[in-house]
Amino acid sequence: MNPTRSSVPWFSRVALILLGVLFLLPFFWMVSTSLKPLNETMKLPPQWLPSSPQWHNYPDAMQAMGPFWLYARNSLLLAFLNVVGTVFSSAFVAYGFSRLDWRGRDGCFFVLLATMMIPFPVVMVPIYGLFRALGWIGTFQPLWVPAFLAGAFNVFLLRQFFLSIPRDLSEAARIDGCSEFRIFWQIILPLAKPALLTVALFQFMATWNDFLGPLIFLARENQYTLALGLQALQGTISGTPWHHLMAASTLVLLPVLVLFFLTQRTFIRGIATTGLK
Amino acid sequence: MTLGERRNLIKGLVFVSPWILGFLAFNLYPLIASIWFSLCDYSVLSEPVFLGAQNYVDLWHDPVFWKALRNTIIFAVVAIPLSTFLSIGLAVLLNQPIAGQGIYRTIFFLPSLVPAISLAILWQWMLNGPMGLVNNLIRPFLNIINAVTGSHLQAPDWLNDPNFALWGLILTGLWGTGQAVVIYLAGLQEVPEELYEAAELDGTNAWQRFLHITLPMLSPVIFFNVLMSIIGALQTFAVPYILTGGGDGPGRSLLFLATYIYQNAFDYWNMGYASALALCLFVLIIGLSLVTVHYGEKKVHYSDR
Repeated sequence: MNPTRSSVPWFSRVALILLGVLFLLPFFWMVSTSLKPLNETMKLPPQWLPSSPQWHNYPDAMQAMGPFWLYARNSLLLAFLNVVGTVFSSAFVAYGFSRLDWRGRDGCFFVLLATMMIPFPVVMVPIYGLFRALGWIGTFQPLWVPAFLAGAFNVFLLRQFFLSIPRDLSEAARIDGCSEFRIFWQIILPLAKPALLTVALFQFMATWNDFLGPLIFLARENQYTLALGLQALQGTISGTPWHHLMAASTLVLLPVLVLFFLTQRTFIRGIATTGLK
Repeated sequence: MTLGERRNLIKGLVFVSPWILGFLAFNLYPLIASIWFSLCDYSVLSEPVFLGAQNYVDLWHDPVFWKALRNTIIFAVVAIPLSTFLSIGLAVLLNQPIAGQGIYRTIFFLPSLVPAISLAILWQWMLNGPMGLVNNLIRPFLNIINAVTGSHLQAPDWLNDPNFALWGLILTGLWGTGQAVVIYLAGLQEVPEELYEAAELDGTNAWQRFLHITLPMLSPVIFFNVLMSIIGALQTFAVPYILTGGGDGPGRSLLFLATYIYQNAFDYWNMGYASALALCLFVLIIGLSLVTVHYGEKKVHYSDR
């Protein structure tokens, strides 16, 4: 940094601290509430910290949700299938859009970009009808099979990455008589690990956070994901046991936070590049 | 086409075939089917029956549709500029040689990771009228204002007040604006330092440098983000749906087009009407995106093109 710009005005520091505190407050409030006894959640003016932390609120909240671990298993299973499906299919398709020259490629790619403008609520009615005709409503299939057909955004991300890999690499392999699939599998994929990891992380978050999909495609309670289980908890119980709701919300958030902190670098870089490419 | 070209074409098509299948099944077919269903009486349970333009006539006379359309547009038009200003502001603050930059960036980013279900339940609690944290932070300020001016301002019961529910949702959204901060910060760090140095030698002040260097250099990123935010804001569903306990808020103040599509399709099994609504949403997205692109093209500054 050059010396003329290195002095940060005091109001910048104050603003950052204030905003930082404001952004952290909801997290603090969530955890603090989750550890209070019910009567302390309703005190006026509010009590910042529980008089003594009620750790049993967490097992109690899980109990209140019903089969918590079954929901967690369902969420994890769907996240796993979606990550595997998206990473491989999107990489495969991105290869076709970046490392091969064929007539109509750029036109197809333009169509792919355009499909990003079609949000799920616009197309969900016919898709529901389609899955219904296949007899898939009330099963997990609608929530993971489409992941194996590549996601436009992920294809776009991976294509940008593949384009940055030198062409000569593929040419050399072709001259050696390597099949296109082997070039993809043994040369390009290993080189693209950071990008694949980014896509995997994004997809995990997206599936874990998905609400509308499970809401319309799942029917029976034993198939619920954590998101649906938590919504059911919000809806069924009388009164408002905010301590339980906050404990359960924290539990649903926790895996996402852990994953983020484990992969922070990849994650932040992934987000940053999506806006710049 | 030569033999080589044909072989390349086949290779290419093999590689993109998963996407082609997905495109046909989950984009093209649904769009075409939506047009057909929107002209029918269709409940999924039985075959669609052709109605002509009846759904669109109903839609035109349906005050709930207009309410949903209005809410959707107001939400987009208010929330997108607010979150854009906030996230650019935060990114500019962060793009200074400040101790703990990485920690601040993480703090601002974290809320955007919170799953919709946790986010909405948390903010239902934050925005609670008597006991919510938001009102407890606001009250001292209101008391001061009331004491000084003799007014009787009261903290709103956000989610139970039709005049404030939408603002509660906007506040919730502002908390989750962190992804944009990360993107803007990365954009700011690409701006060459020499530009600022040269401008400083010319005796410009910080605001002029922001206006004439930072904003133009950042404009492609802003453009991209705004476009993505429009698509995101217009399809908003999960957070307001959960905030209202699976409903649409007091006086339908949190009813959005996506919510109304959902209600018609899966509460009333009126898939034909839902399809007509879905096409309206689609047209709205295309329309607003085109407007953005049209105005964006003129304003966006591409430094190396």
